[in-house]
Amino acid sequence: MIDFRKGLRALQKALQQGEVTPQDLVLHSLTTIEEQDSVIQAFLRTESHVAKQRAQVVTSTVTTREDNVLAGIPYALKDNMCYEGVETTCASKILAGYIPPHTATAAHRLDHAGGILIGKVNLDEFAMGSTTENSAYFSTHNPWHPDYVPGGSSGGSAAAVAAGMVPYALGSDTGGSIRQPASFCGVVGLKPTYGRVSRFGLVSYASSLDQIGPITNSVEDAAIVLSAIAGFDERDATCANVPVDDYVGALTGDVKGLRIGVAAELMGEGIDERVRNAVQKAIDLLQSLGATVVPIHLPHLSYAIATYYLIAPAEASSNLARFDGVRYGYRAPQADNLLSMYSKTRSAGFGDEVKRRILLGTYALSSGYYDAYYKRAQQMRTLIAQDFQQAYEHVDVIVAPTSPVLPFRLGEASDDPVTNYLIDICTIPVNLAGLPAISVPCDVVEGLPVGLQIIGNMFDEATILRVADTYEKHSPFAALREAKWGGAAQ
Amino acid sequence: MTYETVIGLEVHVELGTKSKIFCSCDTSFGAPPNSHVCPVCMGSPGVLPVLNEEALRLGMKAALALNCQVRTDSKFDRKNYFYPDSPKAYQISQYDEPIGEQGYVEIEVNGEKKRIGITRVHLEEDAGKLNHSPFGDGSFVDFNRVGIPLIEIVSEPDLRTPEEARLYLEQIKAIMQYCEVSECKMEEGSLRCDANISLRPYGQEAFGTKAEIKNMNSFRNVERGLEFEQQRQEKALTRGEVIVQETRRFDEATGSTISMRGKEDAHDYRYFPDPDLPRIIVSDAFLTACQEEIPELPAAKRERFMQAYGLPAYDAGVLTTSRFLAEFFDATAQQVSDPKAASNWLMGDVLAYMNASGESIEAIRVTPTQFADLIGLIEDGTISTKIAKTVLKTMLDSGKAPKQIIEEQGLVQISDVDALTAIAKAVIERNPAAVQDVLEGKEKAIGSLVGQMMKETKGKANPAVVNQLLKDLILS
Ligand SMILES: [Zn+2]
Repeated sequence: MIDFRKGLRALQKALQQGEVTPQDLVLHSLTTIEEQDSVIQAFLRTESHVAKQRAQVVTSTVTTREDNVLAGIPYALKDNMCYEGVETTCASKILAGYIPPHTATAAHRLDHAGGILIGKVNLDEFAMGSTTENSAYFSTHNPWHPDYVPGGSSGGSAAAVAAGMVPYALGSDTGGSIRQPASFCGVVGLKPTYGRVSRFGLVSYASSLDQIGPITNSVEDAAIVLSAIAGFDERDATCANVPVDDYVGALTGDVKGLRIGVAAELMGEGIDERVRNAVQKAIDLLQSLGATVVPIHLPHLSYAIATYYLIAPAEASSNLARFDGVRYGYRAPQADNLLSMYSKTRSAGFGDEVKRRILLGTYALSSGYYDAYYKRAQQMRTLIAQDFQQAYEHVDVIVAPTSPVLPFRLGEASDDPVTNYLIDICTIPVNLAGLPAISVPCDVVEGLPVGLQIIGNMFDEATILRVADTYEKHSPFAALREAKWGGAAQ
Repeated sequence: MTYETVIGLEVHVELGTKSKIFCSCDTSFGAPPNSHVCPVCMGSPGVLPVLNEEALRLGMKAALALNCQVRTDSKFDRKNYFYPDSPKAYQISQYDEPIGEQGYVEIEVNGEKKRIGITRVHLEEDAGKLNHSPFGDGSFVDFNRVGIPLIEIVSEPDLRTPEEARLYLEQIKAIMQYCEVSECKMEEGSLRCDANISLRPYGQEAFGTKAEIKNMNSFRNVERGLEFEQQRQEKALTRGEVIVQETRRFDEATGSTISMRGKEDAHDYRYFPDPDLPRIIVSDAFLTACQEEIPELPAAKRERFMQAYGLPAYDAGVLTTSRFLAEFFDATAQQVSDPKAASNWLMGDVLAYMNASGESIEAIRVTPTQFADLIGLIEDGTISTKIAKTVLKTMLDSGKAPKQIIEEQGLVQISDVDALTAIAKAVIERNPAAVQDVLEGKEKAIGSLVGQMMKETKGKANPAVVNQLLKDLILS
């Protein structure tokens, strides 16, 4: 009996004891997708043929590489990460049919560890959105309740893991896109420090904020996957040459003496009371386990959303300019000249939210506006990062809600984009400061999961994993999840 | 009214790296279209640029050689524009923090030194090349050139004539070649030049309205294009017309400039720091190494050749246009007693030979020592100047030492009076009329007798010895 939700260690043990083979895991994954994905719609495409072949190739590595937990185990990739020979669309029409000649470093490292790519999962087009409703293909649904959004932009990754279709998936996080869907889907999502994981092969949305990370069933699984993908890569100049800690070894199950910062700015106005209560209970639990709670202040936090929505669109306006119909992807037919080919291609190829951000960013960088918008946003970004650095002089981690709101129904998001932008208030500051953060489920409210966010200092993934793991082991969520999925996994 | 011309040049120099600036593709010229490309330089989704340190090293060397103040902490910016020659739809360049600023080079105009200011030197990547079908059925883009490292050298508006512009450009080329920064082949596009030119009434401080001239693809065409534009603007101003700020293209066939686009079409490039590339931090050790790699530059060499070897300014100028030629001369000059003779032979016969064979001086098969030996053999009278020309040609053809050639071909000059006396007597006997002329004091008549002596000895007789011998025999 295979259950991906039982975690990677259980799968490794079953493989090593010969109870299952990589082929069985691939088949189980494909079968689960077939059964459930007509409702959930997490996968843009599966690569069953490639996966079955890979399963045979990696069979030998399962037995010979004791220390390698990921050998023989399937995974899914958010469709903004390139994989050689596999269509990569970023859930956009403009990249329909695009087959990259290169593989993202993170995926390459998973393959090196014996991982098996099952398929590519849905996202908000070019990772712009918080609901996965901005996909040009279809919306993904929340496995806890299919009427609800799974969050975004890595909604496909979170839903696929939560529904037990794959044991883990990679997502990308620019303003919360790993943590928020993990929170909405009741799974673990880790955004590493900027520069911890290579961005090579990740189709850039906002280069100075984007970071790849794992979405998993447990904190331990997040530590295992991060260990495999983290570390210097000569193909990404922004990837840091900083030693990679022993993340699995860091999971001591103990938070005694750790100082936990709680910022009033992240627990007050704008946070749904049910979310605040759930997070407060989690803080109390950590305190009861021996951690010290320290009130902190992040005075510039109220500028974070405005700052983000200048920097990210500015970078996006430039990053997405290459999708011009000249070399690959979609090209509009019946263009009279070069300019009309560009404008017809981009008008038809991009969705509304992408166009909105390209326009916003183009404006922010325009001559005469640069100093007032982009430059000031960069200055504010520095101040926000300094707020966090000052806080870390007094605390080891900061805890906060991952999302200020509970998951909402599909189509329920506001027609006003600015209102939608506000729901990233708890996650965006972390990207602006480049810090690592993890979302771990802490409660279920009205049948929908709530996530606790634990934010660490630069390159200190080890400590947030340790706190999250300790919390997870004592959290009431395990029982709630058991109640939800109890008999679901066959 | 008379007008003063004001010119500033923007020079692009391809850096001589083996691979491109942000990927590992080959940079060699002349490959089939789109054969030197990869996902990175093609701007495929998800790829990232990584700086080639060699490009930075060469750029730094160039900035230092151009006497710039260099930035040890600078950055790359994106210059955004849509055009099919730009696969990312932006060019990675440097906007407000170039690696070098406030430099200068010296040129010599009519024997006077003049300092031309350099505003900035910055690093950037080259764009692709569009080829428009002659049949009008489409345009094709070749991405081989995309990502080749460039420096852009922007001069101050210090140039006053098209000739100065050419001299400045030649100086830039020489400096780049000396530093081994670039081969600077204009015909291959590894040196490209755009010019801003305006006119103002003499004595007026404010600049006139400028035109930017593009597509001048040789040193001569830079001068031609600017001469045309200077005259065009002067005529217009004299007629009371207003000069419009515009970009004009030089047309090689007609030698004229043609309007391409006006100022209103100017782009907003939306420059911003490239978030894919960390700041460019140059260590002291790196900078010192760059500094140490800069050799004696052409201006200093020219000065030294005039001082140490007594060369005229013209010779020193010609010999220092190429670092190889200068070093060849330098090595020769140290081994001869008459460096001016070496200069004459080098600038004359040697360069003519290389030109005729279509080879650059670097391809010369003769070593400076062999060349110095030849000069020595002329000086000590072993061979005549005439024979030396033959020997030199054989040296250039074969790379053999002059002594070996002289020996093999029996070309040693006959200076021995005893050996020449018999022949001289025979010549005198056969030419009584010429002898009579000599006796009557017609000095010139001796020339025809000398000529016959040379013919008899197949040119090996020492002309000076023969001259004296004939005079002695006739007049005694
Ligand atoms: Zn390349």
